[in-house]
Amino acid sequence: MSIANYLYLSAILFTIGAIGVVVRRNAIVVFMCIELMLNAANLAFVTFARINGNLEGQVVAFFTMVVAACEVVVGLAIIVTIYRSRRSASVDDASLLKR
Amino acid sequence: MLTAPSLSYALLAPILIVLAGAVAGVLVEAFVSMVHRTAIQLTLSIGTLLLSLQQLWRIRDQSSTTAAVNSVTIDKAGIFLQATVILLALVAVLLIADLDNFVALASALPGSHEEQSSLREKSKQTEIFPLFLFAVAGMMLFPVATDLITLFVALEVFSLPLYLLAGLSRRRRLLSQESALKYFLLGAYASAFFLFGAAFLYGYAGTISLAGISAAAGGANDIFLLIGIIFVSVGLLFKISAVPFHSWTPDVYQGAPTPVTAFMAACTKVAAFGAILRIFYVGFAESQTIWRPIITAVAIITMLFGSLVAIAQRDVKRMLAYSSIAHAGFLLSGVVALNKDGLAASLFYLFAYGFATLGAFGIIALIRDSSGEVSDLNRWIGLGKKSPLIAATFSFLLLSFAGIPLTSGFVGKFAIFSAAYESGNIALVVVGVLASAIAAFFYIRVIIMMFFTDPVNDSVSVIIPSIKSRVSIIISAVISITLGIAPSLLLTTADNFANFIK
Repeated sequence: MSIANYLYLSAILFTIGAIGVVVRRNAIVVFMCIELMLNAANLAFVTFARINGNLEGQVVAFFTMVVAACEVVVGLAIIVTIYRSRRSASVDDASLLKR
Repeated sequence: MLTAPSLSYALLAPILIVLAGAVAGVLVEAFVSMVHRTAIQLTLSIGTLLLSLQQLWRIRDQSSTTAAVNSVTIDKAGIFLQATVILLALVAVLLIADLDNFVALASALPGSHEEQSSLREKSKQTEIFPLFLFAVAGMMLFPVATDLITLFVALEVFSLPLYLLAGLSRRRRLLSQESALKYFLLGAYASAFFLFGAAFLYGYAGTISLAGISAAAGGANDIFLLIGIIFVSVGLLFKISAVPFHSWTPDVYQGAPTPVTAFMAACTKVAAFGAILRIFYVGFAESQTIWRPIITAVAIITMLFGSLVAIAQRDVKRMLAYSSIAHAGFLLSGVVALNKDGLAASLFYLFAYGFATLGAFGIIALIRDSSGEVSDLNRWIGLGKKSPLIAATFSFLLLSFAGIPLTSGFVGKFAIFSAAYESGNIALVVVGVLASAIAAFFYIRVIIMMFFTDPVNDSVSVIIPSIKSRVSIIISAVISITLGIAPSLLLTTADNFANFIK
């Protein structure tokens, strides 16, 4: 199997995530889509590490996982606070600020 | 055999000190009683920033590309940008120290018993200080980072605390939480784009260092380079709120507690533009035919959009948000210029704009009625008759945003447009001057409202500023005036420091 297929897979995952953020309304699902995009980038990094024959890309993937974990902590804290005050995690309900 | 990485601690000291101060702040939260926390945290924050500034002064003439293996480059421009961030943070921390702008207990539901009792006990959310210091450390690392992973980590280190800070307003809490949610989701979305672009740049160049990416330009697989540059730019343009990635800006500026808005508006711009300048001047310099037309178009749209939409705003914080979008457009002209003058002008502009912004938001925090801040412009009518000094200072800062001669904004705009003109971007300069003229209209309208319109209601008042707010507003105003009257001092400094080593 050609190694380029991993890049196609990564691009597809990234696109699914990017579209998901735009069309889904639940903040948790939107957030999951963002995580999917980060993991698509990770897959691209690892694939390129293989193509380029060095380890930098794999190291980046480790860093990204740590950063993504930090993002989950902050993100879920914000989403849970919003849910507790309005009993809904829909991003459409959060529209007090005028557009 | 493995060799240990060599770090030159002397050059990294300014960043490390701020990080250590932030960690110490977390420990203070855990071990010091509530009564003493505010004073200790404030002292710790100011002390940390001053110490870091002193270290920065010590290394002002040094430069190195290998401060942390190849991940951090300390050079003239990097040191200037770091110093700007610290100075702005020193003034911003005095605004943030007015803790009655912040929620007493962030986890309590709005309107619940828990919230009532936390308000009665006068408890204070002093976690704000460590969060603030972490953000400052990230902002200092971002403009000196020279590989893609350090850039990404620095981006997150300064963004994550800001997402939380945006949700901590004491009044109108639902609004504030909503702004935190929007800021977080859109910010994380943009950083995912940044990371995906970084992956393709790595795939193209075979290395994650900016110098390596620059050296690899012109090779095969140009499509990887194109994808990489575009996606990385999306992530960066989001942070500086350029059109079409600006939609979070008005909401977050309006919803966040005003001192946080001040800090965010001033320091994020400096850090993000510092990184943009380094990435485009160093990393993408050899591939300028790809990105220059795109960034020129974005700059033109951003200037026009920001200036035009600001006219329709009835809320002073939203108006300044759109004005900051317009300023992002002006600053992008300095990026497109891609010459030494463009860099020097951008450094000056960032410094001047940062202090004017801090002063303006500091004043907005003072205009209140019984239920809290009043940012509705219609209720600012006649303010000049009630408190002439505050209104006059605010007017001066607005004139500086507008770029009227004898203000710091004029010198910055003049420098940046002449650099863009030198590089042959006539269209950009014409649109820039036009957008400045449109922008002057709504700034001056606010001044007319404050001074030359009769007041219709008297419920709005100006609270007597605490000594900390007063100091920070006075410093901001004095710096703006000084830079307007005698700009040559800072202009020469910026010119001397306008140098990225590769």
